[in-house]
Amino acid sequence: MALTPRTTIPEEEYAYPGSTGCPGCGANLVMRYLLKGLGDRTIVTIPACCWAVMPGYWPSHCLKIPMVYCAFEATAASLSGIRAALDVRGETDVTVVGFAGDGGTVDIGLQALSGAAERQTDAIYVMYDNEAYMNTGIQRSGSTPWGAWTTTTPVGDAKGFKREPKKDIMRIMEAHDVPYAATVSVGHPEDFVKKVRKAKEVSGFRFIHAYSPCPPGWRMNPMKTIEVARLAVDSRIFPLYEIVNGDLTITRKGKGVPVSEYLSLQGRFAHLSEEDIAKIQIGVDEAFAAMEKRAATKN
Amino acid sequence: MTKSYEAIPLTPISSEPSTINKTGLWRVFYPVVDLEKCKKCTLCWKFCPDATIELVDGIPVIDLEFCKGCGICANECPAKCIVMVKEGEG
Repeated sequence: MALTPRTTIPEEEYAYPGSTGCPGCGANLVMRYLLKGLGDRTIVTIPACCWAVMPGYWPSHCLKIPMVYCAFEATAASLSGIRAALDVRGETDVTVVGFAGDGGTVDIGLQALSGAAERQTDAIYVMYDNEAYMNTGIQRSGSTPWGAWTTTTPVGDAKGFKREPKKDIMRIMEAHDVPYAATVSVGHPEDFVKKVRKAKEVSGFRFIHAYSPCPPGWRMNPMKTIEVARLAVDSRIFPLYEIVNGDLTITRKGKGVPVSEYLSLQGRFAHLSEEDIAKIQIGVDEAFAAMEKRAATKN
Repeated sequence: MTKSYEAIPLTPISSEPSTINKTGLWRVFYPVVDLEKCKKCTLCWKFCPDATIELVDGIPVIDLEFCKGCGICANECPAKCIVMVKEGEG
């Protein structure tokens, strides 16, 4: 097919239609944009997560590049092994990618991830963050934000919604001195593909934190996936930035819309009172001010 | 030594692309494109989670065999030329 001049991201597709992702799935888009950036000669290793079931029932597969299954906690161990095997065979041109959900990264897979980052394994680790264990039925994870409803943090008389803040995986990865770490969002595909290409050129352990809305888990209309992703950036709940050798650059500042615009689209935040929303707003503003301050003073 | 990358199966014990799964059967609403209003901006193609939209000279052609009817294309279209219609109606 001829390349139409107006497409702002590569036209080549590395995924087949017919995956079992829910309508409006953000994780499908994360994989689509990731592979558009990396291109051919890539291997993805995937633990238990939504993407492990995406290829569908036997005998189908939905990617045009090899996809390896590994145990829930072993994504980074698996990518280390694949990298070592390819290096022994002299196939250093193949890009190895670990592709795990937020639960498989910030909770279950954290020790293997820390090990691979510390060894500076030459690979890319992508965490697609849908902010809970969505595949098993919306249980809270370390990456679920404060105030969110999940099936294990139910809302009712007990007011048991999640009371702990979201675990900041980017700060954990930064503490490992990784040469490249970036946040990307499905609402900004050009920025996404650009960062993935940049990550591909760096050697060592690279980490990408991808924002991936989940319509069933977030209790929202599937057609709002991109709108919510864009509002997350505009409200500065999920700022887009990259850390290259310790230097932080904010790549998309966002318009600074009130967080209530972002929260109101999702049923998982429907129970929050005005005081709760004000509390979230203060937290977001403080975190973004600190980030801007840091971006202004590069090492 | 033989190259190993080409020898790796796309997914263990699989043989068919996922195009054998006709996910269009899940759909409740289907997208209808008003081609006269289309500005060929390709945004619908860019944001389709299932890559069911093909661009033919910049104009979207939606594969209803696989479209799950999420409606992202209708929500994102700046020219508002895509509307979602309930299956069996319209």
